[in-house]
Amino acid sequence: MNKTVLPSELNPDPDGPLYVAQKKIYPQRVSGTFRRIKWILMAVCLGIYYFLPFVRWNRGPGLPDQAVLLDLANNRFYFFFIELWPQEVYYFTGLLIIAAIVLFLMNSLGGRVWCGYLCPQTVWTDLFYAVERAVEGDRRERMKKEAEGLTLQRAAELTLKHSIWLMIAWWTGGAWVLYFADAPTLMKELVTFQAPMVAYIWIGILTFTTYVLAGFMREQVCVYMCPWPRIQAALTDEWALNVTYKYDRGETRTSLKKAEQARAAGEKVGDCIDCNQCVAVCPTGIDIRDGSQLACIQCGLCIDACDTVMKKIGREPRLIGYDNDINIHRRMEGKPEVFRTIRARTVIYTVLIAVVGAIMLYTLSHRTLLDVNVLHDRNPLAVRLSDGSVRNGYTMRVLNKQGIDRVVSVEVEGPPSATLQVIGVEATAAERPTISIGRDQTLELRVLVTVGSEENLDKSTPVRFRVIDTKSGEVAAATDNFVTP
Amino acid sequence: MNMADHAPHGELDKVTGRTTTGHEWDGIQELNTPLPRWWVWTFYATIVWSIAYWIVYPAWPLVKDHTTGWFNYSSRADVAVELAKLDAIRGGKMAALSTASLEDIQKDPALLAMARAKGKAVFGDNCAPCHGTGATGSKGFPNLNDDDWLWGGSLDQIMKTIRFGARSGHAEAHEGQMLAFGKEGVLKPDEIVTVANYVRSLSGLPTRPGFDKAAGEKLFTENCVACHGEDAKGNPELGAPNLTDKIWLYGSDEATIIETVTNGRAGVMPSWEGRLDTGTIKAMAVYVHSLGGGK
Ligand code: SF4
Ligand code: SF4
Repeated sequence: MNKTVLPSELNPDPDGPLYVAQKKIYPQRVSGTFRRIKWILMAVCLGIYYFLPFVRWNRGPGLPDQAVLLDLANNRFYFFFIELWPQEVYYFTGLLIIAAIVLFLMNSLGGRVWCGYLCPQTVWTDLFYAVERAVEGDRRERMKKEAEGLTLQRAAELTLKHSIWLMIAWWTGGAWVLYFADAPTLMKELVTFQAPMVAYIWIGILTFTTYVLAGFMREQVCVYMCPWPRIQAALTDEWALNVTYKYDRGETRTSLKKAEQARAAGEKVGDCIDCNQCVAVCPTGIDIRDGSQLACIQCGLCIDACDTVMKKIGREPRLIGYDNDINIHRRMEGKPEVFRTIRARTVIYTVLIAVVGAIMLYTLSHRTLLDVNVLHDRNPLAVRLSDGSVRNGYTMRVLNKQGIDRVVSVEVEGPPSATLQVIGVEATAAERPTISIGRDQTLELRVLVTVGSEENLDKSTPVRFRVIDTKSGEVAAATDNFVTP
Repeated sequence: MNMADHAPHGELDKVTGRTTTGHEWDGIQELNTPLPRWWVWTFYATIVWSIAYWIVYPAWPLVKDHTTGWFNYSSRADVAVELAKLDAIRGGKMAALSTASLEDIQKDPALLAMARAKGKAVFGDNCAPCHGTGATGSKGFPNLNDDDWLWGGSLDQIMKTIRFGARSGHAEAHEGQMLAFGKEGVLKPDEIVTVANYVRSLSGLPTRPGFDKAAGEKLFTENCVACHGEDAKGNPELGAPNLTDKIWLYGSDEATIIETVTNGRAGVMPSWEGRLDTGTIKAMAVYVHSLGGGK
């Protein structure tokens, strides 16, 4: 029962070409639980995508007040209360790791939840189908109109459909660029044609990809282009719940009339009346009754379609439903169903998500706003001075990740006679050299450390540089080594 | 693959109920899984694209040249444009470098960073052959990281040395030579050994047994103080090194000192005035000074 059948493979001509034409799919309108869930999720996803750039977040003067902003020109990423610098990309790594494991977890619990409900390809294709249905009519009408050829009315309908599609696509591209600049300003610039060229180019690219992928490529993306169906095949297990045709209950398929007669005669027949409604609504044009298959994105629409039919004919719903082979077999053997959500893999995934999340939260909450990096000179490692003392040079980078200008002092701890000199900064023996750093900036300094000849040093001695905010007392430190020639 | 006993094309696979391509490897048959047609069109489109690319862009090598394409595109020209843009951005800073005083450059963190970056690059191109990439020098070529400066280690003195050089032939170059006391017959070989040991004693280095310190001091006073000074601490006006410290341009062992006194020394540093513009020379001076903080 579990064979993989692609829409393009149904009855392939044995002597036919190695390539097949895309079969046009006309998904039928459907209503029910899963359709409702999909509408809600679509509204949420698109709402976030289109309106998030307009959400404001006050970070104080001199810093952008956009809640989510990828400031490429200044190498900053703002996400509500978080501001990330390029060297902190590991937060993104962490986020991506969590995202991947969440996908795994969803997969081991409910199959391709991502594909069926959340993937942009699915959401936008769904939206485009809704437009298509609203303009051209439902499945039957669309098929009929397509067969009849071009009439004036059809031309008008097609023009309308493609215009709406293009507008949605254009808005998609428009929203995209708003994440990279101050949204209201960029909006104004865009309409007055004063926005930078790249903004228009990106809007153009995304308009094109949205229009093509959601309007024309549709299920072809999922079946032929996307890696996730292949990955998901490796991630699923026998306990995962997938949209399943319960053949234990459905077979043998018998029409309503024949079933009545057969049942009257005491014969056992299945609940599936072979109405093909599940096929008619499927956005990838497949028959779920062929079993779990690559082309099924698990959108659940066939469940709604079948439930509608079952309700009409007065039979139990969920002939198609979230189920697995284990339970099909148990029912066939007369055993009760079992559902196992807590399994080794779901536990491991959950623990991993918690661990990575906790690490990220910890590092994020312990993220310092004053930081210092020190790099020892490579050449020369050490210099002998005329009085026999030894000097090492370092490149020090001080990072002020706060929205205010600061004055910091620099000091070194290590061998007792170590003295510190910052090039370009006058300092008296008694006072530590002080430097001012602009808000949200870094400063590179050349720092020299000298240790007197009277000290008997090892080849390499640890030294610790401390940068202290003269006002707040905040301290950042970095360790390196002091090397003798 | 053994094509001789291949299965007939289009045979039905019993397990999947699908047709096969007829290809068989040790009994394993390949299912016929046709690709969508747009896929093959995409493939053809890439071929057309590549041909268009050959026409539009430079592509084919000719005997001496290459095809130039429709727009005469060249990545080299692109680089030139990018560099010009960069120069425009840097223009202000570079102009500031050539007009600002050395002290002002040093005090302004932005200018200092600019001068150090520029100076480092220019140093690598022009100075590293003699002074080394880390400016550590070698025998006869001073280490620029330490605090011992033959011709003075202030910003202005370093700048002057870079501009005019030492014994470079430039009218304003540093002059002053170490006389070849042995060759010229001013000192006899045994006197040279004595004075060499005296010089070693000045910085606390051990002397050979039987060395007559008084004789050495007398010889030193008569011959060397003119340039190296009564206290032997050298004279940056003449490029005469300090003989009492731990830094030795040619070496502190007796044989090397004897060689130095016998043959004299006259290291040459070229003049960069006229070869590099003022801004660049200033950047280099600031960079060299920043290596060890000058003196
Ligand atoms: S197969 Fe790929 S493109 Fe299709 S719904 Fe799933 S993740 Fe999205
Ligand atoms: S078979 Fe059902 S769940 Fe799968 S893609 Fe089609 S309608 Fe969605």
